[in-house]
Amino acid sequence: MATQSSRFAARLMVAPSVTVLFIWMIIPLAMAIYYSFRLYRLISPDRTGWVGFRNYSWFVNSPEFWLAISNTLLLVGGVLIITIVLGTLIALLIDQPVWGQGPLRILVISPFFVMPPVAASIWENLFMHPQNGMLASLALGLGMKPILFMENYPMASVIFIVSWEWLPFATLILLTALQSLSSEQLEAAEMDGASAFSRFRYIILPHMTRAITVVILIQTIFLLGIFGEIFTTTQGGPGSASTTLPYMIFKQAIAAKDIGRAAAGGIIAVILANIVAYFLMRGIGRNLDA
Amino acid sequence: MARAVSPRRKFLTTLAAWSVALIIFFPVLWMILTSFKTEVSAVASPPQLFTADWTLENYAEVWARSDYPRFFWNSVVISVGSTLLGLVIAIPSAWAMAFVPGKRTKDLLMWMLSTKMMPAVAVMIPLYLIFLWTGLIDTKIGLVIALMLMNLPIIIWMLYTYFKEIPGEILEAARMDGASLWNEILYVLTPMAIPGIASTMLLNIILAWNEAFWTIVLTTTKAAPLSAFIASFSAPQGLFYAKLSAASAMAIMPILILGWFSQKQLVRGLTFGAVK
Repeated sequence: MATQSSRFAARLMVAPSVTVLFIWMIIPLAMAIYYSFRLYRLISPDRTGWVGFRNYSWFVNSPEFWLAISNTLLLVGGVLIITIVLGTLIALLIDQPVWGQGPLRILVISPFFVMPPVAASIWENLFMHPQNGMLASLALGLGMKPILFMENYPMASVIFIVSWEWLPFATLILLTALQSLSSEQLEAAEMDGASAFSRFRYIILPHMTRAITVVILIQTIFLLGIFGEIFTTTQGGPGSASTTLPYMIFKQAIAAKDIGRAAAGGIIAVILANIVAYFLMRGIGRNLDA
Repeated sequence: MARAVSPRRKFLTTLAAWSVALIIFFPVLWMILTSFKTEVSAVASPPQLFTADWTLENYAEVWARSDYPRFFWNSVVISVGSTLLGLVIAIPSAWAMAFVPGKRTKDLLMWMLSTKMMPAVAVMIPLYLIFLWTGLIDTKIGLVIALMLMNLPIIIWMLYTYFKEIPGEILEAARMDGASLWNEILYVLTPMAIPGIASTMLLNIILAWNEAFWTIVLTTTKAAPLSAFIASFSAPQGLFYAKLSAASAMAIMPILILGWFSQKQLVRGLTFGAVK
């Protein structure tokens, strides 16, 4: 149906978004590459010059580096697993005939509307605070010692908070997929004596593959850059226990005021994101084909 | 999957579903309740779900201490502005990709999404400098542009999955009747796509409203939205929970209410092509 002229028109219509996105990506990236090979510290702006790969080698050899990489992957992986598993269970639950499905959905979707700094500060202060938090009171009430979430389990706490923020997104997409499943198929399987588990394993789960793919893709994009939640709660600490790659870069840029090293870290983060994207596409990209 | 079930079973699933939903919602509820308490009862141990001394003082104090209307207005302009600008650029692109797909359309879509994978922190300094040089720093138009570009891939993808569901035959019929490309978009496609565009718009207003990195890095005072407003109420050691909660409630309430009212449209749009 596509004629020569409509192809040309189509190119013309795609051009603006491709152009602006390309500029938006390439100029900051080019600048970051430039700075990453330069000596550029805000505390001594007069000393400049080319330093080769020294910024990179500082970054990679820093004792924080591998911890930051593994924390980043832990955060992405942890949140993905929690939101998809819980999201599937919750979707299965609220897809059942229940009273008040409308209000129910409103409650479940609510965390999605809470901006990250607010979500982080609610959890940190109102719940996880070792003296005044609700969880501390709960622990005391049960005769236990309050857990020092941010001190002893910083990564787990951050993963928990971010999972709470993203659970509604996963749940809703999985729920939509679930609702598009025809009930005849399930009823037929039920009559044939298939157990609830095998109905889930062989009918429901294959049907949701595409939805799970979408959840993984979209969430990974947002999770790789998680910053605000860590900034509000643990500040990457204690020590560097909850420092992720974005947070490590931030510390170089803002605390150490070393733009060169921060830029080198930025380029490393871009490379990491590309590696993740590559495996993501290889692994699940085919699920997205129409 | 609506099936006939026994009332007993329906009662039990209702109970389970509501319990789960209330647990998920509880932090928000607790924050709202705390915002109406006095500072003393906000940190009372054991925690009180309801207190006798309800007060609006926290809101009054937060209101007096900061220029809430300005932050609010900035948030509105930035989130709505960036979404509308994004739609103007995205609609033609998504249309073209959905109806005149080429060999590389899928790759192009994935490339667009991949531009979002670059962590914001990685390009923080370059973008800050660009905004400084171009005079866009701390301006609403600067943030509109930044957030538009940030969300553009998501907007295009959502619209693309929507447009793909519109049967091509209708467009062909319109073309047979001699409709020009532009008329085709304006009179045939757009009316059919309105629900999709509406939910795309909603989702992106929410994403832009809640964006809390660029809005803080690229603003100081003039253009600072509510995310910057809340960042200025940083966590004080347990002494100002009620005020912190009031400020938090003021920051999220507008979008929470919008979200609640438009929940149906939003959910319908939140598929990203997850359902064929």
